Amino acid sequence: MNELFDVAIIGAGVVGCAVARRLTLNGAKVVVLEKASDVLDGASKGNSAILHTGFDAPPGSLEQACVAAGYKEYLSVAADLELPILKSGAFVLAWDQEQLSQLPELIAKAHKNGVGDVALVDREDILKREPGLSNTLVGGFEVPGEYLIDPWASAHAYLLQAMANGAILRRDTEVLEGKFSNGHWTLETSSGPIAADLVINCAGLYGDIVDERCVGETCFTVTPRKGQFVVFDKAASDLVASIILPVPTKKTKGVVICRTIFGNLLVGPTAEDQESRTDASTTREALQALQARGVEMVPGLDTCEVTAAYAGLRPATEFPDYQIRSLTDQNYVCVGGIRSTGLSGALGIAQHVVALLGDQKFTGVPIADPALPDIDRLSDYHRRDWQDAGNGGIVCHCELVTRREIENVMNGPMPPSSLQGLKRRTRVCMGRCQGFYCTAELATLTEGHFKVPMGVEHGEH
Amino acid sequence: MVSTDQNQRKDVDVAIVGGGPSGLALAAELKRCGVGRVVVLEREISAGGVPRHCGHYPFGVREYGRLLKGPEYAARNVDEAVKYGVEIRTGTTVTQLHAGGRLSLTTAKGLETLDAKRVVLCMGVRESTRAQRFIGGDRAQGVISTGALQSLVYLKGMRPFRRPVIFGSELVSFSAIETCRHLGMRPAAMVEELDRIVTHKIIQPYLAVRGVPLFAGVQNPKIIGSKTVEALEFIDAAGVTQHIETDGIIVSGRFRPEAALLRRSPVEVDLGSGGPAIDQFGQCSDSAYYSAGNILRPAETSGWCWREGVVTAKRIADDLSSNGKPETGVARLVVTSPEIQFALPQRLTRSDRSGGMDKMQIGLHEPVNGILTATVDDRPVWTSPLNARPVRRIQRPLHDILAANDGRDVKLSIGPRR
Repeated sequence: MNELFDVAIIGAGVVGCAVARRLTLNGAKVVVLEKASDVLDGASKGNSAILHTGFDAPPGSLEQACVAAGYKEYLSVAADLELPILKSGAFVLAWDQEQLSQLPELIAKAHKNGVGDVALVDREDILKREPGLSNTLVGGFEVPGEYLIDPWASAHAYLLQAMANGAILRRDTEVLEGKFSNGHWTLETSSGPIAADLVINCAGLYGDIVDERCVGETCFTVTPRKGQFVVFDKAASDLVASIILPVPTKKTKGVVICRTIFGNLLVGPTAEDQESRTDASTTREALQALQARGVEMVPGLDTCEVTAAYAGLRPATEFPDYQIRSLTDQNYVCVGGIRSTGLSGALGIAQHVVALLGDQKFTGVPIADPALPDIDRLSDYHRRDWQDAGNGGIVCHCELVTRREIENVMNGPMPPSSLQGLKRRTRVCMGRCQGFYCTAELATLTEGHFKVPMGVEHGEH
Repeated sequence: MVSTDQNQRKDVDVAIVGGGPSGLALAAELKRCGVGRVVVLEREISAGGVPRHCGHYPFGVREYGRLLKGPEYAARNVDEAVKYGVEIRTGTTVTQLHAGGRLSLTTAKGLETLDAKRVVLCMGVRESTRAQRFIGGDRAQGVISTGALQSLVYLKGMRPFRRPVIFGSELVSFSAIETCRHLGMRPAAMVEELDRIVTHKIIQPYLAVRGVPLFAGVQNPKIIGSKTVEALEFIDAAGVTQHIETDGIIVSGRFRPEAALLRRSPVEVDLGSGGPAIDQFGQCSDSAYYSAGNILRPAETSGWCWREGVVTAKRIADDLSSNGKPETGVARLVVTSPEIQFALPQRLTRSDRSGGMDKMQIGLHEPVNGILTATVDDRPVWTSPLNARPVRRIQRPLHDILAANDGRDVKLSIGPRR
């Protein structure tokens, strides 16, 4: 632990990755500490993969400011890094008179939030543009600026860019205790001590715990909210082009139906408050209810094949807004309570952290021409590796993942430590067969790379 | 029918998508029938299909008069096709079917287009996944299909777990027990949601022989495990919550056609079977396309698929040499009872061609004991008693139905026994 970092970021979720990128590009010597054996292992593992405009965030809230700023920067980062994005637009739909009556207020809120192109659309026009929707809808409005994005490639890209410009990632490194003295932090971790001038807590589902461990107190309690999703196979994505949002209630934005940038169709999430910070299990009852609700809204879904189901955990707290505070006398920032808009807000949150740090000095100077990382480009709506020569042939047939894509990731700067991680980086086993065809080949290709191997050779233990 | 003009300027005479038992047998037979250039497009590194990783008997008895294991049978099918002059292109994935027999392909070298006079869809089946059966719980590593288990064990000599639970009770679920034993894995239990095993009851004692307890009639199965599988929980038939410690789940059976390629294609899909809608000659809604093998329905034996390939090849050869006889119309065989999952052929062509299938195949969603009736305009044209279960081979003569075909749809329904 001879090295002294400018900044230690605790947590490699989408927020930690975005903050790491921002500070690295600003000249800081950054280390990212991740408790799990891979990045994006907590709240950032499962979400609805949408870049939101923030039209429905509470006006004047920190969340609204961060999402608006994050949205804007995302579009420029996506252009720079060639991250695939798809402007699908969204409809917020009312399915009964009560919901219908709330639309004018929601539109006014969107306008107040600076999302000026949000506008009421006639019921008939909605059905004309989205003929797959059930004609039981009673009205709605349009949010043209919403995008489909790759939630994992985005966060990976932030961190890979930070790493390409000098940041260090330490996995399997849980912060156990932090001490601040003489203007420096010493973090005791599960893989040894780390020294840094500044600590930024981006620990998501563990934000309050990390607060306690570092500064001895916290001002929020994480009460994880589970959201289950059902993923339909690619054929279902022909049924609806826009993101279909419900009229939000106090507890949740409700059930969303949208394509994914990978060409599937998503229905979810549920909203279930729970104690556990790790239990991302699905339940048959909830999944079947989601499927049924999906069919109610998009009747054609009843003949569509389900591909997968998953659940994400959102680090909700007792507060409606983000909980971001800076303890300037302790060189400590806590980025907490990033409940459900972390993906859209992450880059804006990073900007906000920079603003909170004020004139904090770093070892380096802002990088004028930062190195661009090699990122995962897995969109079904953009050019993929299987279309190019030298791809080594296809290994995963459902998602058309090539041998070259897998090898690049396995030999890259941030190789996965588990099948889950490889899935997020390449989409292997994420398709309709869920590994029926490619498991054996993947077991060979990943031999010696994973903590839990996909298979062990006969005679081994 | 494709006109003779269109038959010119094609890259190949027949392109077969999928090199499993049906595709390879069909290709070899086409060559034996004197068809010119026949190419099999296989996306895997080697052709042979599912039998490549079925390391058990019995394969090939009727085809080759020998008792073979799956891999030997797969190799024999490949050898036969090559011997008769079939070109097998492995590592070749078809990414799109276009009207008239044009295919988009990708290989390690990138994109390609192939034009064929006839294309035959022989993509086979795969098993249903955990999500498709709404098995809840954690997303732990170690949940795999029997197909994946077989390829790990027989192609790679690898073992993904030691003491798995087998989910499902079809024939393939029982074969999973043997696959496990091959590398010293000992199944902890077989778990079935229906109140009895799905396959023939006569096989059930085999579980006792192998010391695998059966839990039938279970509800709400749930996988437990943070990183890897630790247990399967469910409510058993007596209403008691069971917690079976295990390090893997084999999600077996409930086959479904590997038919995603039919999306946005000119080939009509039958929602019941999940495969292409064919007529009695195996021909699809785009007449440049034919289909054979398990993609037509879930799921038959390899031998069945092999023979289906052979008879379909004869029909295609006949079609290619007939210079396109005009058809006189296509009617539909429409299933109108919810108990019936599918009936094929779905299309009934009025044609002078001979050599079409003489039996229809039926699949059930649930057990049936009643009278199967075919009607045209509510007028019965054929009846047959039916007492059968799902996942069974059910065939009935097609002759009366074809004879009754006057261009109007034929409806197939189940009624009570009188």
